[in-house]
Amino acid sequence: MKHYHPQLCLLAALAASLGVSLCSGNLDEYYLDILLNIGINIILAVSLNLVNGYTGQFSLGHAAFMAVGAYGSSIVTLQMGKALLVVFGGAGWVAEGATFCIALIIGASCAALLGWLVGMPSLRLRGDYLAIVTLGFNEIIRVVLTNTAGDGPFGGALGLKSIEPYTNFFWVFAVAAIAIYSISMLVRSTYGRGFLAVRDDEIAAGSMGIPVVRYKVIAFVIGAFYAGLAGGLFAHLRTTIAPDGFNFLKSVDVVVMVILGGMGSTVGVVVAAVVLTVLNEFLRDFEQYRMIVFALILIIMMIVRPQGLLPAGFSWKGNRRA
Amino acid sequence: MEQFIQQLLNGLFLGSIYALIALGYTMVYGVLRFINFAHGDIFMLGAYTGLYLSKALSPLLAVLPWPFGIALVLLLSMLLCAGLGIAIEFLAYRPLRDKPRLNVLITAIGVSLLIEYTAQLFFGATQRPFPTLIPAGNVGGIGALNVTQTQLIVLITALALMFGLRQVVMNTRMGLAMRALSLNPTASALMGVNNSVVISFTFGLGSALAAAGGILYASLYPSIEPFMGILPGLKAFVAAVLGGIGNIPGAALGGLIIGITETLVAGYSQNIGIPSGYRDAVAFVILILILLFKPSGLLGKVEREKV
Amino acid sequence: MSATLKLDNVTIQFGGLRAVGDLSFIVNPGELIGLIGPNGAGKTTVFNLITGVYQPTVGSIEFGCVSVPGHRPHQITRLGIARTFQNIRLFASLSVFDNVRAARIMHLQHGITHALVRGPAFRDEETTLRYEILDLLDIFKLRDQADTPCKSLCYGDQRRLEIIRALATRPKLLLLDEPAAGMNPTEKEELMHLIRFIRDKFQIGILLVEHDMKVVMGICERIVVLEYGIKIAEGTPDEIQRDPKVIAAYLGSEAKKEEPLDA
Repeated sequence: MKHYHPQLCLLAALAASLGVSLCSGNLDEYYLDILLNIGINIILAVSLNLVNGYTGQFSLGHAAFMAVGAYGSSIVTLQMGKALLVVFGGAGWVAEGATFCIALIIGASCAALLGWLVGMPSLRLRGDYLAIVTLGFNEIIRVVLTNTAGDGPFGGALGLKSIEPYTNFFWVFAVAAIAIYSISMLVRSTYGRGFLAVRDDEIAAGSMGIPVVRYKVIAFVIGAFYAGLAGGLFAHLRTTIAPDGFNFLKSVDVVVMVILGGMGSTVGVVVAAVVLTVLNEFLRDFEQYRMIVFALILIIMMIVRPQGLLPAGFSWKGNRRA
Repeated sequence: MEQFIQQLLNGLFLGSIYALIALGYTMVYGVLRFINFAHGDIFMLGAYTGLYLSKALSPLLAVLPWPFGIALVLLLSMLLCAGLGIAIEFLAYRPLRDKPRLNVLITAIGVSLLIEYTAQLFFGATQRPFPTLIPAGNVGGIGALNVTQTQLIVLITALALMFGLRQVVMNTRMGLAMRALSLNPTASALMGVNNSVVISFTFGLGSALAAAGGILYASLYPSIEPFMGILPGLKAFVAAVLGGIGNIPGAALGGLIIGITETLVAGYSQNIGIPSGYRDAVAFVILILILLFKPSGLLGKVEREKV
Repeated sequence: MSATLKLDNVTIQFGGLRAVGDLSFIVNPGELIGLIGPNGAGKTTVFNLITGVYQPTVGSIEFGCVSVPGHRPHQITRLGIARTFQNIRLFASLSVFDNVRAARIMHLQHGITHALVRGPAFRDEETTLRYEILDLLDIFKLRDQADTPCKSLCYGDQRRLEIIRALATRPKLLLLDEPAAGMNPTEKEELMHLIRFIRDKFQIGILLVEHDMKVVMGICERIVVLEYGIKIAEGTPDEIQRDPKVIAAYLGSEAKKEEPLDA
């Protein structure tokens, strides 16, 4: 039984999410909103950590995949929502849940596909070039979305409105739990050690038989998939999305979480996601100072403690067990 | 046909400004092997220092003939921003001299955001009009072609600065030191070059050019705001990569190509059937194409990693 | 499957510089061959050619019956060629155990899905792997340090770890790039024993690049000598030591026969 320790933890987390979700009617709207944002940011940070932290590929375009997931899932629920509800037996939480689930997966799959298309050619590039390409890609997605027809399915510069508020505590934290579980378990396995090897020394990794580019692309695609899920959850929480919400600054937000948490430390980035989401809330009234604070965090972290607040410690503690 | 040549000319003027900014990127990359993300924001600060300098010096500017006026504003602004660039290098990048390149890149992003949002705090987010340092007026043209005085001065100034840079890089000892450092930092240090001084100088020089670019840009499009440096900065970076990062003539060439292509795409967007909002995406498409097919750039050389 | 390495008229040009010119030699299965030459002779370039980091401009490289050029480095490792590096390239953030573990990825039966579901098949494979790696570390007396960060090892142990890691890929041919660099005389003696031991126990061919003549002459069956990228001699240690061209290339090989002062 002890062999299934991680899986049991995951099931417990899922059950807990469901439990809290059912009681969440009693929670203050405001605090619930913050919690959900924390959860979404955890998903974003943990998924970017796989790419930037564990595999050492500097991606600055995570928000683009979030956008694809957000738009993808929203278009599904907006255009096909009613039809899907009927398929699953009319109104009621089963039908809604199933519809939402399908919409999320479609959105995330589109994001993953895009991640594959972008990753395949770009991940052969050097670190700083990859950063610029992902940044450029982020911009391209934003420009493309902004220039779509205002009355078409993408909504143009004003985006989409009246998205069904399907997101609740269960969905957000179930996905977050799955993200944390899958990524940390993956990295711990022998197969997953390949990501770290690629990060530490690509040439040595290749010489040890590790297909370097394939690993980078896999990390990128998984990261994009989860970012897409986060985007879908985000869209159905806010109920309104616009291209400008997924710009470079949003990508930087997630990068700051990964850097603060320690590139390559799942625990660290989760903590960082919580801290920074809360910080964002406090600074909401001081929007002008928020970015200055974030920028200073970046600069000071890099100079003083580049390994992050809670750097990866598990590499050499009991890692013999997969 | 005339419209085509007009667009070409417009692109030329824009491209010469991109070239000025691109030169800074490429020089810093040459000596430090990293992309100074914050470079585009020096461009913005150049425009703002130009604004405040012309306000502060307005009595003086009123009596001077306008060429001297703009030259004065330009020079002072360049000096100020050179100092700023040197300070940034010293405070934010120098402590990371031996660290992985990615760390410095992240710091540069931080510096860039810091400059932008502090500028927003101090200067306000709204667009400000840039004073007319060059009197309006056409230099005339052929038929329907039109070149304004401003455009001509922008082009001439940009070319003069690029020529000046070439003189510095090719014919001075400091320029020689820069070239040596970019080829082999260890050897240059052993040959008596004070690497730190050369790096500071390079930053100062690049920042001065960016500041000049800012003032020239603001003269062409006289409305400035704290985030005006982002897009031109990124496009200039693409220009530097296009020409071959680390290659100075390449940066100039890249700037011109990007400027002309962007203007042509924007001008003919109706004909191609794409919304004119796509003009900003042109540079990125060029970037992706170049990195896919010739990552070392048009004039650059391939760098091999020693195994 | 024959594990013979065959270089035939291999040339590589970097722009105007010909780093290796018209090089031909063979390493038969189980042989211990030395590759020597003055600095800049192109020895590491030859390694890079064999392992796919560089592609030859002219000529062919065959391992078994497979043509090496055109394959990526990780594919060449899967063919059975492993290497160590001139400057140690361990996976710095990983432990001793994990460095070796990373080298076993190419032999894994399980992929991503198994790593996520973690069923019985996955656990069995991971457990078997764990014992294999510990046994391997045991042979080289690093088992007790399995969980230490590889950066904490002393230099000699790090070099040994690099060799162990290369062996974990189950190669048929092992390329060692200056394994004795930076070692004191005692460590070099141990290294010589170690290399012979590896060849005998694992039944693999070894191609060795080394500057230390004592080590090379002491263990190699055959030696290939390069100068400016060209092979100037090939033969047994005795033949090489007496070859006038080799002596001329080293300009005073009398001094080289003593213990060289390592930089």
